[in-house]
Amino acid sequence: MYTQSMDIPGQQPRAVAAAEQGAQEQEFEARIAADRKVEPRDWMPEAYRRTLVRQISQHAHSEVVGMLPEGNWLTRAPTLKRKAILMAKVQDEGGHGLYLYAAAETLGVSRDTLLDQLHSGKAKYSSIFNYPTVSWADIGAIGWLVDGAAIMNQIPLCRCSYGPYARAMIRVCKEESFHQRQGYEIMLALANGTPAQKRMAQDALDRWWWPVLAMFGPHDSDSQHSGQSMRWGIKRVSNDDLRQKFVDATVPQAELLGLTLPDPLLKWNAQRGHYDFGPIDWDDFWKVVNGDGPCNRERLATRVRAHAEGAWVREAAMAHAEKQRRKAHQEAA
Amino acid sequence: MNCSSHHFDYLLRLGGSSLVLGQRMAEWIGHGPVLEEDIALANVGLDLMGQARMLLTHAGALEGRGRDEDALAMLRDVPGFRNYTLCELPNGEPVSQVGATRDYAFTLTRNFLFAAFQCELWKALGASRDAELAAIAAKSAKESRYHYGHAADWMLRLGDGTDDSHRRMQAALDLLWPYTHELFAADAGEAELEAAGIAPRSETLRAGWLQAVEPVLAEATLARPADTGFLSTGRFGRHSEHLGHLLSELQYLQRAYPGAQW
Amino acid sequence: MSDRQEWPLYEVFIRSKQGLDHKHVGSLHAPDAKLALQNARDVYTRRGEGVSIWVVPSSAITASDPEDKASNFDPADDKIYRHPTFYTLPKEVDHM
Repeated sequence: MYTQSMDIPGQQPRAVAAAEQGAQEQEFEARIAADRKVEPRDWMPEAYRRTLVRQISQHAHSEVVGMLPEGNWLTRAPTLKRKAILMAKVQDEGGHGLYLYAAAETLGVSRDTLLDQLHSGKAKYSSIFNYPTVSWADIGAIGWLVDGAAIMNQIPLCRCSYGPYARAMIRVCKEESFHQRQGYEIMLALANGTPAQKRMAQDALDRWWWPVLAMFGPHDSDSQHSGQSMRWGIKRVSNDDLRQKFVDATVPQAELLGLTLPDPLLKWNAQRGHYDFGPIDWDDFWKVVNGDGPCNRERLATRVRAHAEGAWVREAAMAHAEKQRRKAHQEAA
Repeated sequence: MNCSSHHFDYLLRLGGSSLVLGQRMAEWIGHGPVLEEDIALANVGLDLMGQARMLLTHAGALEGRGRDEDALAMLRDVPGFRNYTLCELPNGEPVSQVGATRDYAFTLTRNFLFAAFQCELWKALGASRDAELAAIAAKSAKESRYHYGHAADWMLRLGDGTDDSHRRMQAALDLLWPYTHELFAADAGEAELEAAGIAPRSETLRAGWLQAVEPVLAEATLARPADTGFLSTGRFGRHSEHLGHLLSELQYLQRAYPGAQW
Repeated sequence: MSDRQEWPLYEVFIRSKQGLDHKHVGSLHAPDAKLALQNARDVYTRRGEGVSIWVVPSSAITASDPEDKASNFDPADDKIYRHPTFYTLPKEVDHM
């Protein structure tokens, strides 16, 4: 069950003796080792809970902020069919944000608290959404590459040790299966289109390729949280392994489009059985993560504004519900 | 069925209205007051977009000049559009020359007034002798009933919520009400469409619409504005200043890259 | 009223088709049950996943304590005679 606000009869906060905690911890470790799921009210180490809240809420924020770059093209999609598809896709992302906030809430933190963290700049979201969508081809590139990368990241999360997160991810992955395909289809139409359309597609690929590779996160050797998350079964596959898998899958897709990946060092390595690729510009990645990407301020300001402008709606709905409750109460009395 | 220009214009009117209001809903996606409502508005927008596509496709087929939904949506200028002015107004108080405005009171009130109208419309068109139109109406009726229910509940919540929300809703209603006159105004083609059993005269929808609208306004503690002499004329191709801006976004790619496939 | 008062949480249960049980699918926030139901439809059945929806205020659910799992559920473990596989029957009636 997905919530922390459930009432457990007669439960009192109690001090846990050190010995008892030791036993709980052992049971928790045994459960993780046996690949069994942890559910909301099960005992869990505080650090496990913190890690999950951080990761799930970042994930939720990414979905919601991620509505904005694609939302930029909702009113300008080239055909009514493309418009309907894009509306459904951006809407799905809102839904995914919602599933993930709900999963985070099972860990005892409210959505409002999480939104405050986002709006105050304390919480992070995926750096990829701080790049601008300047042409229609960017919508294709986002679907093909960003969603493609996200799916690679998310499929292992369906097996995450924390039940509500794993279940949310199963739902997300099921729904996302069309996202990457629609992006690739947009690219395909452009690649087979007029010379101007093809240039548009190549330009988008040139701009998105490196930020997408960086999206998988720092190299395993530099990744602050990776090791512990792997041990806890929150993370299942390392950043570098996922990145490699993504490159290997994407190269033939780009070839089929007749587009060139902007990496002169990209080459098949028969010995490794993988593509080698050039170095990622981590300075640029950290610059964007730390707030100085092209759209960081805009994206955050947009979210803050939407939330602030919606405050009167949320308040009025609560006030109305309260009035109705009082009325029902009076009628009953 | 041979196609009179009135019949074609009528389909353009209905298709254009769904299209233009669907476009306005798309402007909300990612900016709603709460995630749940963001998703709800997107669903309304998707339904409207679906209606627009079916109606415009049908109009194009009936016209028989090879124009599909996109040709009719993307390659006609303002005077070619026949939608009700109500649908093209921005998502907030209409003011001259301004980009996207978003006001939930205005948006919901418009959705409420228009969904109530669409419910009546689809009910009547279910019996149309234009079989394709009747089928579209049957499908759309379910959607509009949902839109009406969603918007009507929100009229109650916000009309009878806080003092602030009440003030906002009344202001939105006062601004929008005059644009509803156009929904029921008579025109030259109506007698012909009625005689052919294709569509009802606009005026006949008014009583049912008022029945759907007035009790909700009363329960929401909102005052029904008085009718005035104001009559907008979008359905005759004479639009507000706002449609041109909407089309400049809607049609941008088709205009910038003529003839390209997407 | 302050915006600090968050909309309450509702749990959503969906019957995916006639003949099946309602199953918990997730949760959402809503000011009242009616909107919770509408939003559940918009959020959780965008792909025709349901024919019936229940919403329940999360605060109305009383749950068993995982601490009591052993005393609640282990005692059922040794009542193996409640399971059909406990019984060995002649081959001729084994589909019983």
